[in-house]
Amino acid sequence: MNRESLEFDVVIVGAGPAGLSAACRLMQLANEAGKSLRVCVVEKGAEIGAHIISGAVFEPTALNELFPNWKEQGAPVTVPVENDELHYLLSERRSIKAPGFLIPKPMRNEGNYVISLGRLCRWLAERAEALGAEIFTGFAAADVLYDDAGAVAGVVTGDMGVARDGSKKPNYQPGVELLAPYTIFAEGCRGHLGKRLMERFKLRQEADPQHYGIGIKEIWRIDPSHHRLGHVIHTLGWPLDNETEGGGFVYHDEGGLVSLGLIVALNYRNPYLNPFNEMQRWKHHPVVRRFLEGGTRIGYGARAVNKGGWQSVPRLSFPGGVMAGCEAGFLNPVKIKGNHTAMKTGMLAAEAVFEALQKGGVPDLDGRYRQSWVDKELFRGRNFGPALAKFGTLIGSTFIWIDQNIFRGKLPFTLHNRVPDHATLDRAANSREIDYSKPDGVLSFDRLSSVYLSNTNHEEDQPCHLVLTDPSIPIAQNLPLYDEPAQRYCPAAVYEIVEAPGQGARFQINAQNCVHCKVCDIKDPAQNITWVPPEGGGGPNYVNM
Amino acid sequence: MKVLVTVKRVVDYNVRIQVKPDGSGVMLDGVKMSMNPFDEIALEEAIRLKEAGKATQIVAVSIGPQAVQEQLRSALALGADRAIHIPLDAAPQPVNAARALAGLAGRENPDLILMGKQAIDDDCNQTPQMLAALLGWPQATFASKIELNDKAATVAREVDAGLEFLSVDLPAVISADLRLNVPRYPKLPDIMKARRLPIETVTPEDLGVEFVPEAKLLKVAPPPKRQAGRKVASVDELVAALRERGLLS
Repeated sequence: MNRESLEFDVVIVGAGPAGLSAACRLMQLANEAGKSLRVCVVEKGAEIGAHIISGAVFEPTALNELFPNWKEQGAPVTVPVENDELHYLLSERRSIKAPGFLIPKPMRNEGNYVISLGRLCRWLAERAEALGAEIFTGFAAADVLYDDAGAVAGVVTGDMGVARDGSKKPNYQPGVELLAPYTIFAEGCRGHLGKRLMERFKLRQEADPQHYGIGIKEIWRIDPSHHRLGHVIHTLGWPLDNETEGGGFVYHDEGGLVSLGLIVALNYRNPYLNPFNEMQRWKHHPVVRRFLEGGTRIGYGARAVNKGGWQSVPRLSFPGGVMAGCEAGFLNPVKIKGNHTAMKTGMLAAEAVFEALQKGGVPDLDGRYRQSWVDKELFRGRNFGPALAKFGTLIGSTFIWIDQNIFRGKLPFTLHNRVPDHATLDRAANSREIDYSKPDGVLSFDRLSSVYLSNTNHEEDQPCHLVLTDPSIPIAQNLPLYDEPAQRYCPAAVYEIVEAPGQGARFQINAQNCVHCKVCDIKDPAQNITWVPPEGGGGPNYVNM
Repeated sequence: MKVLVTVKRVVDYNVRIQVKPDGSGVMLDGVKMSMNPFDEIALEEAIRLKEAGKATQIVAVSIGPQAVQEQLRSALALGADRAIHIPLDAAPQPVNAARALAGLAGRENPDLILMGKQAIDDDCNQTPQMLAALLGWPQATFASKIELNDKAATVAREVDAGLEFLSVDLPAVISADLRLNVPRYPKLPDIMKARRLPIETVTPEDLGVEFVPEAKLLKVAPPPKRQAGRKVASVDELVAALRERGLLS
């Protein structure tokens, strides 16, 4: 096919904290060296922030390095954490507040800020553009381009105007080749190109499998009398059982808003577990509901997060490119934060690529990462995830407290969790069904009315972007073995088992609901679902998530 | 032939509108903004007229704060030749927009003004009609098909009964309905080129207009919440319930 192509010095895939920090840092380096540099960022969201979702309590370490004068430059990082509480929820009514000394040190939030990551990304994008980078929103990087020697040569954006049956509509427009000596992949957790790169360049050979969680978040405008600016609460325990990792968060942000959500680890075992319903009932706990009564829910979203930490970091560099941020997986599971490490690894990626542009060869991001504070902090927290997975929440947390507060993460051993998250489900026959009570429409809601708040939209007449390798597996295998868990783990009700009279069960994919969380790509026990990008600009339109 | 196309920046059609708690308007912070979809259709029609060799120059114009330049850049990327920004703190009321556009038409002398039939934010559906009246030009609203010759345009209008065909002498104001065309996607290289193109500024003073609001906004309120329904056991119960509410006599 004859495609248009554009040449740049660096192509960056994804305008999140990693990609945008990489763009800013590259332009800073070029401007300091008096060189001109053509940097292009492509983002599948319709605009900056449309697909950005994060808690978020933000540690400003990387921002301090990237823009030391960020306060004067008006960065939307203005609400210091004032009060930091950890509650252990014992049952649907009871809880204990953990005294400060019991909280693992890295979990404490002095000096951190409550932010909207979407807002911060818009600000970073403005900085990047002011420094001279080109950002294109509404264009998905659909595939990686390779040169004759097998090195990454850039990406191709997705075709627009393709009908459901694959035919070209009157407004068909082929994708464009974006070529560059180096490409920085920063798609976020479980990027579809990153997945292909890891296979092709065997980047995961020495790493543990990546481990994931699903984060489900809502934004509420609450009764002003319940609002405490900068107040931060984390919860452990109920509604999750001792063998299911996860926890909740409630952050009081500016504008009378509260960001709240629940993260559920995707190595859960019970196929009947429904993360969305767990989050809905979690809001009924007195620790959470006391803030929400009288309030209005205004935003909803969900996203997979990677939490494998230090043991799961793959090789980052390969001929023609590098991976940064959650694409590789730098979230610190002890701090439950990945924005600062995403930004920092984006900056390191920029430095590695800028050096390679002068010297040639494969950019040295791995070496830079190993010498950075990102490696140190992930190393210190390395036993957190495996300890919870091995010992359960109660004993695991005790171990973590000793590990983090007494030994400061320096215990002379490293725990591993080598079972990938898609392989942890018990058979449905051996599992108990979970009784989730109906949403009350006040504190708790159903999935469809929630997806409505994510402003999700996809052009209807386009090929399904959730691809089944073997279309028979959902009904032939997943249904009898696991009661097809996709019906429940998807936070947007994309997957349904529909029973038609006389025809038996049918697996229905409502792809237009998809909020691009990538959980199906991760958790499907047969690894049969592949998430590919829909037409550019499709997906959620998150507002300050 | 020169075509003037109006472009309004509005909240994107995918966004679920949230009313500000104080009722002074709708929430815009962090909300996705786009070109009014009917204006996109008007612009697409102008581009097709140019591709067909009937139009020679397309001028896009927008009124509003600095941010409307984003939509003007989109118009340039899609195929407008020039873009004019009339700076104003907020989106104008229809009559004021019409006055400013009439002033601009006096400077630009277009042969045709193509507009969206209405903006999806205020749903006024007034500006094209007012503009035609101020200019003393013929108008054809709700166009679903436009055929141009040198002196006149034949326009199919979508009306309740079906289609109505009008011939209007040029210059004229034509407003676009949904089925006029399906707009194209902007091309990435064209977006890049459009970022380097100039956007002309014409101030309200240049046009001799003042944006004094003619209508006063009292309050913005969300639609009332739908009440929960109830199930009835029989037709008789249904009829009784309808009678009770005065819906059946």
